[in-house]
Amino acid sequence: MVQYAFYFDGTRCTGCKTCELACKDYKDLDVGFAYRKVYEVTYGDTQKDSNGCVVSTCGGYTVSMACNHCYEPACTKVCPTGAMHKDGETGLVSVNVDRCVGCGYCHMACPYDAPKVDRAKGHSVKCDGCVERVTNGEKPVCVEACPARALDFGTVDQIAALGGTQANIAPLPVPTYTDPNFYIKPSDDAQPVGSADGKAVNPLEVL
Amino acid sequence: MSREDNMSKGTSSISRRSFVKAMGALGALAAAGGIVSVDSLFTGGVPVALADSTEQTTWGHCAINCPGRCALKFHVQDDEVVWVDTYTSSDAGFDDPQPRACLRGRSYRRWLNSPDRINYPMKRVGNRGEGTYERISWDEAIETATDKLEEVIGTYGNEAVYIPYATGVSATTARPFNALLNLIGGYLNFYNSYSTAQISTITPYVYGTAQAGGSSFKTAEDAKLVLVFGSSPTETRQGGLTTHYDWVHLRERTGAKIYMIDYRMNDSILGHSAEWIPINPGTDAALVAGIGHYLIEHDLVNLDFLHTYCVGYDEESMPDDYRGKNMSYHDYIMGTGYDMIEKTPDWASRITGIPAARIESLAEEIGTTAPLYVNQGWGPQRRSNGEWTSWSIMALPCLVGQIGLPGTNNGTRENSGGPTLSSFPTGTNPVSASIPCFLFTDAIDHATEMTSKNAGVKGVDKLKVGIKYMINYAGNCLTNQHSQINKAHDILSDDSKCEFILGINTVMCDSMKYSDIILPDLFRFEQVSQISTGGDVAYMITGQPCTTPKFERKSAYEMVSLMADRLGVKDQFTGGKTEEDWIKSLYENSRSKDATLPTWDEAVDMGVFIQQHSPIVSMQKFRSDPVTNALETTSGKIELFSKKVLSFTNGWELEEGDTLPGLSTVPPIPAYIPEWYGIETTTDEYPLVLGGFHYRGRLHSSWGDIAILKDANPQEAWINPTDATSRGIAQGDTVHVENEFGEIELLAKVTPRVVPGVVAVSQGAWHDADMNGDRVDKGGSINTLTTQRPSPLAKGNPQHTNICQVTRA
Repeated sequence: MVQYAFYFDGTRCTGCKTCELACKDYKDLDVGFAYRKVYEVTYGDTQKDSNGCVVSTCGGYTVSMACNHCYEPACTKVCPTGAMHKDGETGLVSVNVDRCVGCGYCHMACPYDAPKVDRAKGHSVKCDGCVERVTNGEKPVCVEACPARALDFGTVDQIAALGGTQANIAPLPVPTYTDPNFYIKPSDDAQPVGSADGKAVNPLEVL
Repeated sequence: MSREDNMSKGTSSISRRSFVKAMGALGALAAAGGIVSVDSLFTGGVPVALADSTEQTTWGHCAINCPGRCALKFHVQDDEVVWVDTYTSSDAGFDDPQPRACLRGRSYRRWLNSPDRINYPMKRVGNRGEGTYERISWDEAIETATDKLEEVIGTYGNEAVYIPYATGVSATTARPFNALLNLIGGYLNFYNSYSTAQISTITPYVYGTAQAGGSSFKTAEDAKLVLVFGSSPTETRQGGLTTHYDWVHLRERTGAKIYMIDYRMNDSILGHSAEWIPINPGTDAALVAGIGHYLIEHDLVNLDFLHTYCVGYDEESMPDDYRGKNMSYHDYIMGTGYDMIEKTPDWASRITGIPAARIESLAEEIGTTAPLYVNQGWGPQRRSNGEWTSWSIMALPCLVGQIGLPGTNNGTRENSGGPTLSSFPTGTNPVSASIPCFLFTDAIDHATEMTSKNAGVKGVDKLKVGIKYMINYAGNCLTNQHSQINKAHDILSDDSKCEFILGINTVMCDSMKYSDIILPDLFRFEQVSQISTGGDVAYMITGQPCTTPKFERKSAYEMVSLMADRLGVKDQFTGGKTEEDWIKSLYENSRSKDATLPTWDEAVDMGVFIQQHSPIVSMQKFRSDPVTNALETTSGKIELFSKKVLSFTNGWELEEGDTLPGLSTVPPIPAYIPEWYGIETTTDEYPLVLGGFHYRGRLHSSWGDIAILKDANPQEAWINPTDATSRGIAQGDTVHVENEFGEIELLAKVTPRVVPGVVAVSQGAWHDADMNGDRVDKGGSINTLTTQRPSPLAKGNPQHTNICQVTRA
C-alpha cells in the first residue's frame, strides 16, 4: 500500500489561485465548484496614531488546500452507501458516483470542506488526487501548474521528508481529527491551529 | 513515447486509452517512470471525458499585455480544445525555468468558447454605446469600413484617422492596421502608454535611454538591502517566467533584508508582513526627500558619486548657468530653495504617514547597507505627480551611490525581455502629428484647441482636425480602460464627432459597443504566431493553430488584406506573403542576428525555447567609465536637476497643482507635489483617497467576463476597518464608491491590509451601467471614477489619483 500526500510551501505561495483554476479547467468544473481552495488569513490592525502616522500589526498569509486524502477520512466514515471510499492501494479518497446518493453527509463531516454535492450531477464531487495522472507518472494538475512552485505531491514518506509538518497551521483544524496527508512549510506570518488570529477572511472567494 | 518526448513536439497526438492499451498497464508504468507499484489503478477506469479516441496537443502563447506570454499547451479532440496545460513537468526543481501559465491562461478555454465571443461581422443598428448589432457579410463589412475610411481621408485628411492605444494582442505580426494606414497616407500618431506614461517620460531626462534599464531581480540576490516602492511583482506579472516566479525565487535565494513600501499589504508581501512599510499613496517623493534629509544631516550621502556621476545634487554639481540660484535638489531638501521648507523626517512623516523614527531608521539602513537594490513598480508613477514620484525613487540610490555595481539597481523597474525578434514592418507614417494616447477623447472632442503648450501635441504646434475615424483593434481603452467613463461615453456616443469606429475583437467588451462595424478576431493561438519575453530568464514561444477557425472569424492579417485589396494596396501590404510566410521570414532575420536561436522547424517542434542569460546590472558601463559611456542626457550624467525640463515646459499652460508654488514650468528636480486628488486634497464630500491595483482575476480588462474567474476573484473595494466601521460597512457588504465623476457598486473587503483613509479597487472590471439611466456602474470599474485630466509633463493617465466617498448600499 502506498499513501500519497500533498505538500504546501507557505513561504512561496502568493495566493494566485493558478492551482485552483488549473484544476477547474482539467476537471471541467463550473461556477460554484473548486476542488482546490485558497484561503486568506489576515490578522492585526492598521491604524493611525495621534500623529496621523500609520501603525500596523497586520499580518497575513494564504493556504492552498485540496483533499488531504486522510488516513482517517471523516467523509468515508459517514457515507451511508460506501460511495466515498479510500483506495486500498493508493490511499486516495474518491467518490464512486454510481453508488453516491448525494446525501451530503461527507460534505458536512469533512473538517477541510473537501467534498461537496453537485446537485446537477446528483452526487458528491471532490479532488481525487488526479489518479490517472499519478498513474501515468505525473503529479496532480494543480501541483504542476503552480507558478511559484509552492505545491508538491508524492508518497507520504517523500513529502514528509521535505521538512514541513502535518497540517498544523490555522485556519485548519487540529490534524488529529482525520490524520491528513498534508504537509506544510509555514511562512513567517503563519498562525498556529486554533489561533484567534488565524481566521480565514475571504469567504466570498472560497467556493 | 515518454512525457518529455511528448512535450518537445509542437504538435503531437497520443491517446491516453491507446497509450495504456498498447503498452499494457505495467509497461506504461515503467515507461512513465511512475511511482505506483500496482496496476489496479488502471482498472478503475479513465474518466469518460478523458477517454478520447485521439488527442492532439499544440503549443500557443498568451498574447495579452502582461509580459508573461505564458506557454499554453492545448489539448484538442475533434477540433475542440478540451483542456489547457502549460510548460511544466513533474520533476521540475525550484531552479528549473518553466514559463507556467497563470490562472487566467489556465482558463482560456472559457474565453475561447465564451457565449460573448464574436462570430460574425456585424454592423451597429442602435445608437453608439447601446451595443445592438446585426450580422452582415464580410463583403459588406469590408466595403463599409474601407469606403468610410476613404471618405474621411478625402474630407478631413489623414490626421483624422487614429488607432487608439490597446493591449489585447502582442505578437511579431500584431500591428497590420498601422501598416495599412501608412500605405494610404498615414494616421494621427500617439506616444506614451497607459502603463508607463509618467516614468517613461521622465526617465530620459534622468538617465537617458540606452542605459536606463533596470537590473534583473536576480541581481538582487547579491544585495544586502532591497527596497521596493509600489510594486506587487506576483500580481502584476503572474505567469510565465516573469516577476511572479522571479520574485518568489529572489526572496528565497537572497540574503538581503526586503522592504516593500505600499499603501496595500499586497499579495507579494503575504506571509512576510515584516517587509511591509505602509505609506500614504502618492507620497513616495516626500519619503525620499525625508530620507535624503537624514542622509545629508548624518553625512551618509556619497558625495564622490554625486559629484562625479550626477548633476544637480548640490551647488557644486549644478550646471554653470544655474549656479547661485538655490535650485539644486540639496536646496530643495534642506529648505534653502524652492518652497523653502526643510524636508525633515518629521515633515515627511506628516505627509507619508510613516513615523519619523521609522523614516530615520530606514534612512540609517539605506546609508549604511550595501549593496542596495532600489526598485519601483509602475503604480507610483500612474499619478498626477507620477513624473516626480518616479524620479525621486531613482534619486534615492544616487544619493548613496548604489548604482552600476553588483547587487544594485537604478531605482527603475526590474529588467525584463526575451530574445530579440523582428516585427512585421509597418512602414513610415507620413503624418507627423502625435498626441499623448491618454488625450484621444480630447482629440475627438476639441482637437483644434490642443497645442504643444497645453496638451503635449508633438510633431506640429497644434492639431488641425479632430479624430473622425478610429480602428480599435483588440482594445478596451475607449471607455473601460480609459478614464472618466461617463465623459468618454458622452464624447464617443455622439457620432457627429468621431464619425466611424471599426472594432476588432474576440468578445463584446464595453469599448466594442461604440463600434460601427465589428470584425470577429481569432486568438493568436488559433493562428501561427511567435513571441518572446522573459525576466531573469528569456524565452520564446512558437505557436501553431490549436483548432481551425470557427464561425466566420478571421485573423487581423486577413482582415487587413481584404481592406488593402479594396483600397488597391494589397500587394504592397502583403508583399506577396501570407502571415505565416512573414513570421518565418521575420524569424530568419532574427536568427541572422542571434545564432543561439533554433531553426524555424526546431522552434515549432519545441514550442518553448528558453534562453539563459547572466543577471543584468543596470548602468554598469556608465559606472565603470562615465566619460566613454556618457548617458544621453543633456549633461551626459545622471540629472537630479534638469535644464531640459525647464526649457521644454517653458511657456506651457499649467493648471493649479501641476507644479510647485512660484514656478511657471514644471519642477526641474524630483520634488514632492501633492496630488490634485490625494491624501492632502480630500474634501468633506469625498474624504477618502482611492487607488487601483492589478488583480489576479484579470489582466487589465481581459478575462473580465469569465465567470469562473469572477467567481473566485470577486470585485471588491478594500477598506480599512476604521473607515468601514464608521460607515456601518461589514465584510462582504455591497457598497457604492462615488466621486464627482461617477458611482460604482461592488463588494466591501474590510481589511487591515490597506491603510486608513484609503480605498483600493482593482482595475479592469467590466463597466456595467445603464447609460441612459442612473449610470451607476454595477461592474465596479474604477475608471468610472478616474479623471481625464492628464499629468503635467507626460500628459499621462493619473489613474491612482482619486478621492471618493464610500457608502453601504
